Amino acid sequence: MSAAIGKYVSAFGRFWWDFLVGDTPEVFAGVLVVVGAALALRHERAAAVALVPLLTVAVLAMSTYRGRKRA
Amino acid sequence: MTSTVVLMLAVFAASAVEMVEALTIVVASGTTRGWRSAFEGTAVAVVALAAIVGAVGVPLIHLVPIAVLRVVIGGLLLILGLAWLRKAILRSSGHKAMHDEDAVYAKTVAELAPGEAGGAAPRRQRDAVGFVVAFKGVFLEGMEVVLIVLSLGSSSHHLGLAAAAAGAAVVIVAGVGIVVARQLSEVPENAMKMGVGIMLTSFGVFWAGEGSGVHWPGSDLSILVLIAFFVAVTSLAIPLMRRSLPGAERRESGSIPSRLDEAASS
Repeated sequence: MSAAIGKYVSAFGRFWWDFLVGDTPEVFAGVLVVVGAALALRHERAAAVALVPLLTVAVLAMSTYRGRKRA
Repeated sequence: MTSTVVLMLAVFAASAVEMVEALTIVVASGTTRGWRSAFEGTAVAVVALAAIVGAVGVPLIHLVPIAVLRVVIGGLLLILGLAWLRKAILRSSGHKAMHDEDAVYAKTVAELAPGEAGGAAPRRQRDAVGFVVAFKGVFLEGMEVVLIVLSLGSSSHHLGLAAAAAGAAVVIVAGVGIVVARQLSEVPENAMKMGVGIMLTSFGVFWAGEGSGVHWPGSDLSILVLIAFFVAVTSLAIPLMRRSLPGAERRESGSIPSRLDEAASS
């Protein structure tokens, strides 16, 4: 019984690990930075409105560049 | 109103992309192991996915404070959206092979062919292998749709609408699948994936900001501005990434035949 529960818990954990981190840990880390920046800048409206999308682009650029085919 | 329309479009397109992938497996299962078990596996998976939406989504809306929900869901949408967008940019720029439904179909048929998996049951009888393959295909592809429905539906308090948009995509893709059967490779999957990636990323930025207390200018209308911004970023990223292809492949990806293929696939 406890072995079966352990199996399901481990499968559930693996699903979320693959979904959130998988083979692009930089996206997960980058999104934490984006959300952190949004929280930190919530009282600085203009800075938040400009920086949150730009940080998102930086995460996309970094991850896409990391996934490129190399010679 | 604007965000509701964009939300429904995003859920519909995301569900359509995932369902095309699931349909390839269901058609392969149906043609090799019999349609009865393939349909039953599909139906059970769809009911299970709908039950998950109801069981998780409704308590989520009623029990979790909306600001917390929006920050968490904004983060999840960003992870999902950026992953889709990254993959679509890499595929469009030649850094990654296009998703080939014909190859997936051929591989699944080869795996399920009688003799490979214990022999198929006669067409009108139940076949456990056909049922399980169809169920797994629809359930696993559908889990991503469930996450998108739960995320977009609960953060905007339109869970019913989001579920309806996903349901409509399932019905339409299944209908088209019945008509075209094996021509699923004609679906411009990468272009759809890129569109969905842009919408999910835009919603992710919007909800993460809203939940954190950032007030976007124009409120919901800023979602459209964010979408336009990410469309522009993606349009710039593809040629830039193409330039970083290794020499020979860059020349190949810039050739006229490859550009024609690209135009056809978009």
